[in-house]
Amino acid sequence: MLQERIADVSKFVEPDRVRREVYTDGQIFELEMQRIHETVWIYCGHESQIPKAGDYYTLQIGRQPMLMVRGKDRKVHVLYNRCPHRGNMMCGDRHGNTGEQFRCSYHAWQFHHDGTLKNIPMMESGYAGTRVNKGSPELNMKPAARVESYRGFVFASLAPTGPTLKEFLGKSIVAFDDMCDRAPGGEVEVVPNCFRVIQHSNWKLFMENQIDALHPSVTHQSTGRAAHEVEKQIAKKAKAGEALSYHMLSAFATVTIDKWDNFQTINYPYGHCILTGYMGLRPQDPDTKAYDKLMIKAYGQKRFEEIVGVNIHHVLVYPGLSVQSPLQQLRAVRPLGVDRTLTEIWHFRLKGAPEAIYRRSLAYYNLVNSPATLINADDLENFWKCHQGLSSDGGDWVSFARHHGHDIEKPGEVSSAPNQGTSEAPMRNQMKAWAKYMTA
Amino acid sequence: MKAQQDVEQFLYRQSELLDTKRWQEWIDLFTPDGIYWMPPAPEYKTWDGQPAIFAEDKNLMTVRMNRVLHPDAWSQRPLWETNHVVSNVRIQSSGKNLVVRSRFHMMELRRDDVRHFAGSYEHHLTKTKKGYRIKLQRVDMTNAQAAYDYVLQVWV
Repeated sequence: MLQERIADVSKFVEPDRVRREVYTDGQIFELEMQRIHETVWIYCGHESQIPKAGDYYTLQIGRQPMLMVRGKDRKVHVLYNRCPHRGNMMCGDRHGNTGEQFRCSYHAWQFHHDGTLKNIPMMESGYAGTRVNKGSPELNMKPAARVESYRGFVFASLAPTGPTLKEFLGKSIVAFDDMCDRAPGGEVEVVPNCFRVIQHSNWKLFMENQIDALHPSVTHQSTGRAAHEVEKQIAKKAKAGEALSYHMLSAFATVTIDKWDNFQTINYPYGHCILTGYMGLRPQDPDTKAYDKLMIKAYGQKRFEEIVGVNIHHVLVYPGLSVQSPLQQLRAVRPLGVDRTLTEIWHFRLKGAPEAIYRRSLAYYNLVNSPATLINADDLENFWKCHQGLSSDGGDWVSFARHHGHDIEKPGEVSSAPNQGTSEAPMRNQMKAWAKYMTA
Repeated sequence: MKAQQDVEQFLYRQSELLDTKRWQEWIDLFTPDGIYWMPPAPEYKTWDGQPAIFAEDKNLMTVRMNRVLHPDAWSQRPLWETNHVVSNVRIQSSGKNLVVRSRFHMMELRRDDVRHFAGSYEHHLTKTKKGYRIKLQRVDMTNAQAAYDYVLQVWV
């Protein structure tokens, strides 16, 4: 049954519409975990999450429980979180320090940080003459097939072959360059807190929403209006610039539907996408000026202008990462099931930047990305409602027809046309990549 | 004993205002520079300049109130009710400015789903002519570090 339908998976995706089962069918979910998430490069975490030898963080790649650990040689390893003896999960905590070695809580098998076997209790007396002997690779904790890091951002692929990380990221690599370049020190470090929020919908609804330039003024109107009202009150009393954090919210109301068309999406192979346009945040307040000075000192005027001129709202690294580089935050998407998705939300500090600049993006992290979010509450409500509707027999298709046929195609990229920023080109591009993975 | 009873009545009233959705009256319980703070973990020492689930002054409280009162706050459209119980009230200091610790349990109904949140409050209260006012309310959720299944829309 599955094979019959999967042989036909190309029929689930048309250039401007997609069958609803793509979001709701459990067997399709299993297959996409296998062919997409457990194949492509998936974001594991940032190197600064695990500064000391033995520091580890657990994470999920597709359906696989993994861990990212710092070795004594400073190298970052990504391993299956599983003891090769009886399959016990090696680390039960979400993060911590494993000490000199991993030690299984069940029978005390021990492993080096790179996953290779260190010791089995009573190895000589217990295993003489058996198939178990030191040096056989099946006695190691299994490593991810490939691990690569770019500017501190660690990715793993569970497939031994395929494009390199840089080839895979292509132009979406700007997410990490833009974030790090904005630091006078050229690097970022993680703010040690992860907000985790579960939504009751398929993971693809999240990815599609992140670069959906049409939804903010509808979905987030209530917060936009509320913030705009308070912003006006503050402006009456305060000095210019003080209400900046409210501006991030009020933009959802003051930037009306037609204006969001001024934004643009640029879509790349593998389903990646950039949403350009930034909520007018290049202010001229004293904090920004102090930061600009440090940046000019670090990079020179010309390079500085290039860096702060990068015009990005969101970068989407398909299938599992949404980066807001100008605000130094990202959301990693971990599918838990066909109708349940976890997002892990991190904020980064620009090395060498003034405290005020950190606080400005922190305000956004807290207001938009915390579990008491003033924004995503309404997104999550929509995601749930979408998933419910798509589970019904009320219709078979999801439409991505907006501005279809008007996009500008160049080799290696598809852009929405001028003043068509709300084009559903990103969704079409994601589903194109999805179909390619699924039929490969 | 008088202070104990006054403080308890104050805390009960605060939770009653939440459960009856009298948002403006709830906000009015804070001093003009009052802060409502929910840290992401118990080890946090200050609300300022740190990741926070909530770190709201009265302006932000007003944004949140206006949002939930807006007719297009979609996530607020479904049936949504809460029920707080506050207990274990202990006054930690005496005088005009009090530090009060207590425990709470909140049951939330949203559509057909029930969620439970529990934890501790730390109220920094100051006595005014109108009675106690909150300079700082710290809310430590026992489940603050667990993944949030859906989000928190209003103060706990």
